[in-house]
Amino acid sequence: MDQLLKITEIDFSYHTLSGETKALNSITFDVKPNEFVGIIGPSGSGKSTILSLIFGLLTPEAGEIWLNNQTSIGYMLQKDHLLEWRTIYKNITLGLEINKQLTAEKKELIEQMLSDYGLSGFKEAKPSQLSGGMRQRAALIRTLALQPELLLLDEPFSALDYQTRLSVADDIFSILKKEGKSAIMVTHDISEAISFCDRVLILSKRPGTIKNIVPIVLSIDNKTPLAARTAPEFREYFNLLWGELSVSE
Amino acid sequence: MYPNNANLTQEEFIAYHKKKKVMITFYRILIFIVFFGIWELTTQFKIIDSFIFSSPSRIIRTFISMTGDGSIFYHVGITLAETIVSFLLVLILGILIAVVLWWNSSIASVIEPYLVVLNSLPKTALAPILIVWLGNNVKTIIVCAISLAIFTTIINLYTSFINVEEDKILLIKTLGGNKKDILMKVILPSSFSAIVSSMKVNIGLCLVGVIIGEFLAANAGLGYLIIYGSQVFKLDWVMMSIIILCFLATGLYKLIDIIFRKYV
Repeated sequence: MDQLLKITEIDFSYHTLSGETKALNSITFDVKPNEFVGIIGPSGSGKSTILSLIFGLLTPEAGEIWLNNQTSIGYMLQKDHLLEWRTIYKNITLGLEINKQLTAEKKELIEQMLSDYGLSGFKEAKPSQLSGGMRQRAALIRTLALQPELLLLDEPFSALDYQTRLSVADDIFSILKKEGKSAIMVTHDISEAISFCDRVLILSKRPGTIKNIVPIVLSIDNKTPLAARTAPEFREYFNLLWGELSVSE
Repeated sequence: MYPNNANLTQEEFIAYHKKKKVMITFYRILIFIVFFGIWELTTQFKIIDSFIFSSPSRIIRTFISMTGDGSIFYHVGITLAETIVSFLLVLILGILIAVVLWWNSSIASVIEPYLVVLNSLPKTALAPILIVWLGNNVKTIIVCAISLAIFTTIINLYTSFINVEEDKILLIKTLGGNKKDILMKVILPSSFSAIVSSMKVNIGLCLVGVIIGEFLAANAGLGYLIIYGSQVFKLDWVMMSIIILCFLATGLYKLIDIIFRKYV
């Protein structure tokens, strides 16, 4: 059992009255425990669709999604979507409320994460009082409170400005590594994919097929997204992925 | 922003606005005094007939005598009670029906044209039928008020429900929530201000509906007082009831405004 998730030969199409749009064609890949897998591809290549299929929001037309039966999944969207009529604390406990898991133990876990990630002073604040990076961290705690083993990240940093984006990516990377999570991250940012992930899947344009899976091996100790950008191999990977993407355009 | 530089002009700015505010209040009071003053004087000097037009002093005298025997509280109380009952029913029914339509979009699509027709229909046309069906009683009055307000409420709330950001719904799904969670955690809270603004409209509409109902089917209430007063040429009753209605309508609106102001 060395796999958390195994996806075999998945097909998916979107249906509208004006016709059928084939989104994914024969997608096969797997995710191992503690592994971060990146998915990059041109827009419309079905990157987010893969996440929706894994989470079960959509059902594949063909193929199989196998999930190690103990694995719980957390899903983080592009924007934080903190609800303005709830305090930060109430936003964070939203998932627990829905799943009726708001136990003393979970509350303790939340307290711990709040102080670890620098938000304990903002429990009673409204979302609009927080900066973009803080909001994203609050959204992450909301997802982590449900203690998922596998996280699906749908362009989680793209709503942030560049500076914040680098530091939040660094924060979230170390939080996920520390908690021993696995992740699948969809992004359109090549550097982000290289710096964040252990393997990167490259999708072709619609209908999305896997063009290549590139393992990222960097010769640095204690990888963090920021440090990764200084690795000597970084540029080679960038050029490789850029080349693959450009051909697929 | 530039405290040292702009002190003087800031003072001037504030003085100008204070002056403007005083002027506005002054003219408001002036209009009130002039209107009631001309009304009173023209009846005093018999330029217009106070038997037909009543007059402020006659209205005050009528009010005092009806306060004395308590009958004014009875009529105002009846109208107020009918308005509040129909307002609450519109609120509850409106939210419930809008939720049902949101829950099942097929039902919504099927009944949409009927809602549009019923909403544009002048509801006063229904009042005579209601008397025949429900009788000369308070039921008719309340149904009349409800029919006036309910369709707009349903349409407004349903529109607000279906326009909630798709991503917020997705968020609840990604946290493992079902349709009931979507309704309770996102749809209803984010439609709160729509609910409050429809309440503000409804309190007025319900009052209109109650008065129409009382015109046709009542033996108490301000609407009854107006219609009965005009029939027996007690125009003092009519004018006084209209003035009380002005206060009642404004008061009810302000009450809702004040209760919910801090939440919206």
